[in-house]
Amino acid sequence: MIEGILIGLTTALTFKNIFMVMIGCFFGTIIGMLPGLGPMTAIALMIPITYGFDPATGLILMAGVYYGAVFGGSTSSILLNAPGVPGTVATSFDGYPMAQQGKAGKALAIAAWSSFAGGTLSAIYLLFLAPSLSKVSLSFRSPDYFALMILGLTAIAAFSSKGQFLKAMMMVVLGLMLASVGQDSLSDITRFTFNNMNLTDGISFILVVMATFAMSEALTIILKRNDPTAAAKQVSLTELGSIRINKEERGKMYKTIPRSSVIGFLIGVLPGAGATIASFLAYGMERNLVKDEEKEKFGKGSINGLSAPETANNAACSGSFVPMLTLGIPGSGTTAVMLGALLGFGIQPGPRLYMTNPEIFWSVIMSMYIGMVILLILNLPLIPYIARILAVPKNYLIPLILFFSITGIYVMSFNNFDIYLMIGIAVVATFLRLYDFPMPPLILAFVLGGLMEENLRRSLLLSNGSWEFLWDRTLTVCILATTILIVLWHIYKTLKKNKS
Amino acid sequence: MNINTTKIISLLFFIFSVFYLYTAYQIQVFAFDENAPFNARTFPIYLGYAGLFFSGLKLILPDPDTIKVEHKTLEYKKTGILILIAIIYGATILKVGYFLTTSLFLFASYYFLGERRWILMFFLSFPFVAAFMFLLHGVLDIYLRDPFLKLIGVMG
Repeated sequence: MIEGILIGLTTALTFKNIFMVMIGCFFGTIIGMLPGLGPMTAIALMIPITYGFDPATGLILMAGVYYGAVFGGSTSSILLNAPGVPGTVATSFDGYPMAQQGKAGKALAIAAWSSFAGGTLSAIYLLFLAPSLSKVSLSFRSPDYFALMILGLTAIAAFSSKGQFLKAMMMVVLGLMLASVGQDSLSDITRFTFNNMNLTDGISFILVVMATFAMSEALTIILKRNDPTAAAKQVSLTELGSIRINKEERGKMYKTIPRSSVIGFLIGVLPGAGATIASFLAYGMERNLVKDEEKEKFGKGSINGLSAPETANNAACSGSFVPMLTLGIPGSGTTAVMLGALLGFGIQPGPRLYMTNPEIFWSVIMSMYIGMVILLILNLPLIPYIARILAVPKNYLIPLILFFSITGIYVMSFNNFDIYLMIGIAVVATFLRLYDFPMPPLILAFVLGGLMEENLRRSLLLSNGSWEFLWDRTLTVCILATTILIVLWHIYKTLKKNKS
Repeated sequence: MNINTTKIISLLFFIFSVFYLYTAYQIQVFAFDENAPFNARTFPIYLGYAGLFFSGLKLILPDPDTIKVEHKTLEYKKTGILILIAIIYGATILKVGYFLTTSLFLFASYYFLGERRWILMFFLSFPFVAAFMFLLHGVLDIYLRDPFLKLIGVMG
């Protein structure tokens, strides 16, 4: 391993590769900030360029873009409540309220430091645990994945907002229903398309995120007719763009970062899981672990609530490289694009990659750490300038949010139907928001819908239609028992609250 | 049972789930898949029942945290206009082109939200869209269809 690390360091620390990480981080940050244009778009745009380089340099460039875009996505989540990247949806839960309270600079600084710490810690985990971690992820079978997804959805429903479990579960089901639109992945049979060709490929994730977050947020602001001082607050918060984090806030982050980095990394390692589940789970876990006083602040601008998903999504980014590099199974949509690029280089990722191309495996791991340092150096000084986006008065900000949302969808599909669909979903989401139906469970369910069906399909086919697969394996039973505990705990809390 | 808007939404969701379930049962699967342990309609059917279960529970169980929304205070007019502008934008973007429709969409949105600083409104619509378009089309090489710019000879 030491030899591999040295090979990796030698490759990653060449002037060309450091320069590539810098370019990647910078480019990724800008693209990631534009709602609708996430790391997948940025990396896809980079693929033709990377073919001009050797495979290690190409992969290093794409890794830089990936981290940059994830950080850029956090920026738009915090400032505009418009997550351009699925993994930063959870960041907006507390990041955006902080920005609204006049702490946009601080929220961005917390996101930057948490991302840095999460990425750094996970790069260290990756360095030492990569060989054995691939064995752990190999031990997961379809029933375990199915159970894990049930756990994730139940957890987000239980923790999304107080006393709204049934509403949240309805949103989970709605998210899964939306995800079921389009072609069935195995048989190619179309479902719920009503003979509309535009729905054959299903509903795009970015469309649903844009509609339920950015667009419905903009419509809700107008609909709720904000008080006259709101506009003044909006302007003043941009003047208070302090990026200083005080001792008390640092103390909170010191507790949150290590545990969130572990959960983020472990979830990232699981093929198909990735940054989105990691950030949601870390958010849910953090909310569960903090004191009641801090728990009340979740969703209203909690330091822990912002730091946890930010740490976890960056840790998961590193973790998602493990299944891709060692098993050839992408851990996320973005690493799937990178997998395609690797195959284009003529490299087949898998357990033999260590032996056949050690310079690629280890230089990517080493460049991850270098990328984190560069990202911090690049982004922290730029935060006051980035925060200037909020200097735009609300009369301008709302049309601009709508503009970014619609443009994001338009450049992806170039058809009117997606725009109408987005407006339709946004109107429904705005109405549901008025009555406290939470949107995050819908988003997570939408992301997991396809994977959940796939794993249920495999499990049921392997067990010949019997549901015994749910209690056949100890791991599955443990995950499901955790899910039941969460539900029971929630029922107990509700009953206790009703009694008091 | 206390009837409030949350209950009405739950009832609508219940009806939607019935419709979803009915449509799920209508999904055509291959003949050899009909009796398979899992086919294209299996998961949607489970989802339909899950929708009925949760919305049914919400309908039946008491709702201690009733949400009351003061409809008189809500700004329906401006919201409606903004949605209408967005629909018109969506309807014209392919035929007219990205630059003109987006600029007009932004300009109209600023106006209906109460903005009257004409110069700022202009700069944050036409030149802003032109710059953004240059970033997408010129720098990032993302194709943007624009019949209007093609007609006046700006785009090839």
